[in-house]
Amino acid sequence: MHFEYQIEGGNFTRAGFASSEIKKMLKQLNVDLGIIKRTVVATYEAEVNVVAHAYSGTIYVDVDEKGIVIKLVDEGPGIPDIEQAMKEGYSTASSKVREMGFGAGMGLPNMKKNADELNITSEVEKGTTVEIRMGFG
Amino acid sequence: MTVAEIASILDAKIITGQDRAHHKIEVAFASDLMSDVLTLKDDNVLLITGLANLQTLRTAEMSDIHCIVFARNKRITPEMQELAKENDIIVMECKYSVFKTSGLLYQAGISPIF
Repeated sequence: MHFEYQIEGGNFTRAGFASSEIKKMLKQLNVDLGIIKRTVVATYEAEVNVVAHAYSGTIYVDVDEKGIVIKLVDEGPGIPDIEQAMKEGYSTASSKVREMGFGAGMGLPNMKKNADELNITSEVEKGTTVEIRMGFG
Repeated sequence: MTVAEIASILDAKIITGQDRAHHKIEVAFASDLMSDVLTLKDDNVLLITGLANLQTLRTAEMSDIHCIVFARNKRITPEMQELAKENDIIVMECKYSVFKTSGLLYQAGISPIF
């Protein structure tokens, strides 16, 4: 099954809307509740990142009998140094993002903890792609 | 401890989920940093926070948190109420500081996560 959701950069009112829709959809598919929680926490962190840093983005969700693959593709400034961005405590978030309760440099490490597999690729001044893979096995 | 008992101890107002005032809570976590809340693995946690915005509700939704106390006299907006109702989240408003709220509940037997 394939689903797509749009993310609007800078729109904090809508941040989390797509992750919420994904959570509802996974519940309808009777996916294990523990897997749903880990999936949506990782996806929500990634969605907030797109809203916080990028201009726009799309979430592609594929679910089959083996697991879930969630790909967040954004158009934005990109990440110059992914290794540095993965470090706990490193953040380039604006004060607006911090007011929302984020921007402590915990998002990417937390995504890694929750996802079975996390792949990040980025091109400066083009955008970033985050792939979250979850297995049912 | 039930939500109704918590509301009574904190002199708090239950804004959404009045019909689930019998819901039982055993553990709580206090934070204004949603990134910290998103690292919790426990279920059925009471969140005590002074951060009142839509992302607080979204964070609760993703983390399977079903009960929030907004401390420091923070008020929730109609949009936040709507989101709380949509996700069956019980929301309370309380005048006390996060420290006093946490202290009173700890004294009454609510456990910390860690």
